[in-house]
Amino acid sequence: MTLTGLQQDFRSWLTLEATDAAARLGDRASPGLAVYLNNYRGQLMACLAESFVTVRAWLGDAAFDGAAATHVDRRPPHSWTLDAYALEFPDTIEVLYPDDPEVGDLARLERSLGLAFVGRDAESLDLATLAQVDWSTTLLRLVPTFSLLSVTTNAAAIWSAMKAEQTPPAAAILEVPAVIAIWRKEDAPTFRTLDSAEAGAIFMVSESRTFGDICASIANEVGEEEGPRVAGSLLGRWISDGMIDGIAN
Amino acid sequence: MLEKHQFGLGLRKPHYRDFLEDTSTVSVDFVEVISENFMVDGGRPLHVLTRVRERHPVALHGVSMSVGSADGVRDDYLRRLRALVDRIDPIFVSDHLSWSRFEAFNSHDLLPLPYTREALDAVCANIHRAQEVLARTMLIENPSSYVSLPGDMTEWEFLKAISGRTGCGLLLDVNNIYVSASNHGFDAQTYLSGIPADRVRQIHLAGHSQGRELLIDTHDKPVPDPVWALYASALERVGPVATMIERDDDIPPLSDLLAELEVARDIARGKLRRAA
Repeated sequence: MTLTGLQQDFRSWLTLEATDAAARLGDRASPGLAVYLNNYRGQLMACLAESFVTVRAWLGDAAFDGAAATHVDRRPPHSWTLDAYALEFPDTIEVLYPDDPEVGDLARLERSLGLAFVGRDAESLDLATLAQVDWSTTLLRLVPTFSLLSVTTNAAAIWSAMKAEQTPPAAAILEVPAVIAIWRKEDAPTFRTLDSAEAGAIFMVSESRTFGDICASIANEVGEEEGPRVAGSLLGRWISDGMIDGIAN
Repeated sequence: MLEKHQFGLGLRKPHYRDFLEDTSTVSVDFVEVISENFMVDGGRPLHVLTRVRERHPVALHGVSMSVGSADGVRDDYLRRLRALVDRIDPIFVSDHLSWSRFEAFNSHDLLPLPYTREALDAVCANIHRAQEVLARTMLIENPSSYVSLPGDMTEWEFLKAISGRTGCGLLLDVNNIYVSASNHGFDAQTYLSGIPADRVRQIHLAGHSQGRELLIDTHDKPVPDPVWALYASALERVGPVATMIERDDDIPPLSDLLAELEVARDIARGKLRRAA
């Protein structure tokens, strides 16, 4: 057997439990092949359990393990990093729990927090430069780990309660879909649900619109008098929360 | 170099605080990390490793290079590893004599190779490529294996051939020799006699578990007596090389592992005294 043929057969054994492929690897291989199969599936299941601690707690161990096993069957891993294996799990969750959308939202939130944990470090923002800025033409730069997540359920409240080891609220559909901002502040991934004004402003930041444009947009919503105060308050919060790591004119 | 980096431990999450906050209790000459855990863009893992590196030499031990892949090693992987090497300046960069990836499939396990001339050519080409991108010599570790595939040579003959052809060093995992010898019925002493002793730069020690029919390399127990005995034999064969204990599951307090490392030191001292 060629090396290519052997590796094809091993792949078929691990991903499909193909007995014809196993037979070609030799009669004497059989107890050992069971060990490799066990290691393969166990490693992937453990990866999912470690990456989705909150989803596991919400679903319960047995249901989570069932979902993880389904995912292992559906999606053989393809990246050199095991971390990447967790990325597609929310897709499987959404297929398995179409009537419980909070589970998919929880999974996508947990995935985003995991990505933020090992994302690129932010630059340090030089606060002294802010005093000399022409804000009408300034562009704000979000930290590299920043992302936005649209949810239809109270997954954020469930996640926060479970993290704080409190009784989580019952799952509920939101009256209006919400936007959650996720980023890493120093070493800790964090998130915040944005109100519609802040979400609109952050979208504009992410589309490289100037702070002047953002102020104008906010003023359109809340009036000329309130606009600058609201915009200034949002900017102050973004900076103090570590969501912004640079500005440019 | 070898005298300086004689005895080390793996850096694992439960011990991060020990390594970062109290150097006086961590009497290791080096730490070893799983390379892939730190081949990330940023965040706490890299920050921790950078701080640990300020206090200890670091060895990078990989599990995903897949030097046995029939379709070559991945350049994106090698570039990521090179970036980590440049950042950490490790004392060793190692991976396993195994394969984990074929085409778009990555098993995340150390799968066995047939010790054939074809596989030898593929492994040597892959190690050459890796050493070229990394701009340094690698160490290749003998794996534990659970199936014996038809081949043209023994594992120790294969290791000798790849080190001869690529110039790579060897990381001798004594527990893996013990496990594979038990599983495949070869003599561990014959294995030790067959390896090119002058190529061995590092030794791994670990524990294993008894499966239904086979020994399994689980790294979840202390080093057992037969592996200590084999370590003593290995030291007679290869002399004083860097030794570390791997513990990846049921991880005990760091003090337990340091006590275990002291056993390795005692064995090494005894062997060296006898040799002198």
